[in-house]
Amino acid sequence: MNATQFCDMLERHGLDFATGVPCSILKDIIHCLSSRRRMPYVGATREDEAIGIAAGAFLGGRSPVVLMQNSGLGSAINPLASLAIPYRIPLLMIVSWRGYEGNDAPEHLVMGRVTTRLLEDLGVDTYVMEADDPERSLSAALRSTEASSIPAAVLLRRGLVQ
Amino acid sequence: MRRYAALEVIAGLLTQTDLVVSSTGMISRELFSIADSARSFYMMGSMGLASSIGLGVALSLPERRVVVLDGDGAVLMNIGSMTTIGHLAPANLLHIVLDNRAHDSTGGQPTATTTTRLEEIATAAGYPFSHRVATVDELRRAIGEAAGRGPAFILAEVERGGVEGIARVTHSPEDIKRRFRAAARGV
Repeated sequence: MNATQFCDMLERHGLDFATGVPCSILKDIIHCLSSRRRMPYVGATREDEAIGIAAGAFLGGRSPVVLMQNSGLGSAINPLASLAIPYRIPLLMIVSWRGYEGNDAPEHLVMGRVTTRLLEDLGVDTYVMEADDPERSLSAALRSTEASSIPAAVLLRRGLVQ
Repeated sequence: MRRYAALEVIAGLLTQTDLVVSSTGMISRELFSIADSARSFYMMGSMGLASSIGLGVALSLPERRVVVLDGDGAVLMNIGSMTTIGHLAPANLLHIVLDNRAHDSTGGQPTATTTTRLEEIATAAGYPFSHRVATVDELRRAIGEAAGRGPAFILAEVERGGVEGIARVTHSPEDIKRRFRAAARGV
């Protein structure tokens, strides 16, 4: 799947506001979103700020998506635990998965190992995007976040979106 | 000036279409006590993110004025947000910091605003309007002058200490969200 198809897929599912912090895995998606009028991308300085901006966009009537690298999950945990979850703010999170199966630079290995567990411990339903059917994980995450009114995450490994 | 008096001035100048995002702790509790409204989003946790939430609301509803009521400790926790706001420059955002130069409710530890001038950071970040005020009259005037010149920043010097026995916000987080979102979309 290329980045344009990925962004088309997000739009098709009704998402209309994007924010986040860049990652090399996400760069083509962010580049593509930045040129879209229907779903402008707002660059945040940190992942907690991105969760805050997305929460505000939801309060303003939008359907936001937050993009981040899993290393930024550490920054995002407080606003997930004390804002998005208790206030029941549904957000789609697209999280790139550095350190997947231990194949990465040393600074990514610890977070790579605990990413799914961290999200699950928070109660954030997490789906891994697969090459054969990328839409399945996105649809499942959106169904989850709509049903629970709290965030749900899609994990994106390197190479899936070119 | 006392923070409560500053909040009374601000609440008195809000219109029926303004939306407010208030920071964690005493600022939200005092605003709730002065004038509870569905148009106020009382942020209880996520200290530092009031301006980020306000930015998201302001970008989504450009025709509505969004007022962020922040604290000095909170702003310093998420100082990058001021650069994001200055960069995106939503004209409908008014960012007010009630600066008592301390983490007052956790023991009064001094913050860096004893030396750092946040209103100069706001100017450097690109807020077209930025003022420091020390009295209720100056605050009232600055809010008037900020109209139509957003994103606007007002640093209000306030004393430490609040109102004794101030009530907590009695609405649940979910209720705060539901009624704010309805009020945000309703007008």
